[in-house]
Amino acid sequence: MSSVRVLVGTRKGAFVLTSDGKREQWDVSGPHFPGWEIYHVKGSPADPSRLYASQSSGWFGQLIQRSDDGGASWEPVGNEFRYDGEPGTHQWYDGTPHPWEFARVWHLEPSPDDPDTVYAGVEDAGLFKSTDGGRSWQELPGLRTHKSGPSWQPGAGGMCLHTIILDRSAPGRMFAAISAAGAFRSDDGGGTWQPVNQGLHSEGIPDEDAEVGHCVHRIAQHPDRPSVLYMQKHWDVMRSDDAGEHWHEVSGNLPTDFGFPIDVHAHEPDTVYVVPITSDSYHFPPEGKLRVYRSKTGGDEWEPLTSGLPQRDCYVNVLRDAMAVDSLDACGVYFGTTGGQVYVSADAGDNWAPIVRDLPAVLSVEVQTLS
Amino acid sequence: MIRVVLPAHLRVLAKVDGEVTVQVTGAVTQRAVLDALEASYPMLRGTIRDQRSGKRRAFVRFFACQEDLSHEPPDDPLPEPVVAGTEPYLIVGAMAGG
Repeated sequence: MSSVRVLVGTRKGAFVLTSDGKREQWDVSGPHFPGWEIYHVKGSPADPSRLYASQSSGWFGQLIQRSDDGGASWEPVGNEFRYDGEPGTHQWYDGTPHPWEFARVWHLEPSPDDPDTVYAGVEDAGLFKSTDGGRSWQELPGLRTHKSGPSWQPGAGGMCLHTIILDRSAPGRMFAAISAAGAFRSDDGGGTWQPVNQGLHSEGIPDEDAEVGHCVHRIAQHPDRPSVLYMQKHWDVMRSDDAGEHWHEVSGNLPTDFGFPIDVHAHEPDTVYVVPITSDSYHFPPEGKLRVYRSKTGGDEWEPLTSGLPQRDCYVNVLRDAMAVDSLDACGVYFGTTGGQVYVSADAGDNWAPIVRDLPAVLSVEVQTLS
Repeated sequence: MIRVVLPAHLRVLAKVDGEVTVQVTGAVTQRAVLDALEASYPMLRGTIRDQRSGKRRAFVRFFACQEDLSHEPPDDPLPEPVVAGTEPYLIVGAMAGG
């Protein structure tokens, strides 16, 4: 019988939540790495027992942990992330040049084909790759050294590379997104990159339609329709039908189009999920109601999903990497909150239930569908 | 043998309880002790000081014999009680909140 394993990164450790295909009864394992910030945990599609975790601390820096048994045991592997060559400068918050400095790994993206190959998106924005199971890391410098790099600025959370999409449909095609530089695409395995931000419009930057400088919060792709991308920008929910060449807004009837995560149903490429957040000033849901919004039309037309979610006095946030979908026949949708709840819907969003209520603030949620 | 006290998070990472001891050949300096520590516990590389420059991480402090050695040159000799093993060399996470 199928089962699921939910990998949760929090401000104070990692948790592994497991259930059978019904997704009603859950076992909770953790905290792993208690007291450390776990920005992301993700499993290898090529070997579900292989997990990678980003463990960091303001005191003791960055560690990468690897599990070869589905999270039962962990081993620290390589943690040296060194920019290639002289890293140069980007813009600081005040517009002055600021040296590129490694802070932490925000996102780990294992290869779909090789469990020993994994990509890391880091702050200050850069893309690293390991081909030896995380023991050593090499930068793919073509992204950071793009000619626009010196003009990139950090978002409020730092200048992080938070989204990595490995496009299985086109060999060598990858997408990356950086706050607050924008979206980028490579067609040669990460060697060279081009900004793909045409159609994005951002108030608060000098040229509202600039090639770079947009605060992209998250990008999602459905593997069956790889040219279609969905984006939750700082403000605006966007869609591209041509692999990022052009974007158009699909916020439609959302109560607010500010938010962080966005994800796509495992079996329906036109079904998209977002969690509207009041504003960049108020990082909590409108009216104190925690609502996931679902579009079954690829955007523009959205419906609130509220069954089982708190509809009063709720002031949590849902961060950009804290939503995931499983691939069971009835697609499961998961998200975690800064209040420490992890919710599951085993029916594609119609009904929700908390798996856990009182974890530390949730930074990331990933799910593995196990056979 | 040089006695070293690690902060709690690094004891967990290194899978040790209480103090650890390291053997230093030659002059007993902060650099030599940390080199020996990282050789015995490679998972600590990068958590106390930068892996390439050897610079102390900002929120890590080094104490011994009731003195803060954090800003002392890394190649200066450590106090005799540390060399003799009667006092430990303390690696401390700075009190910076959290």
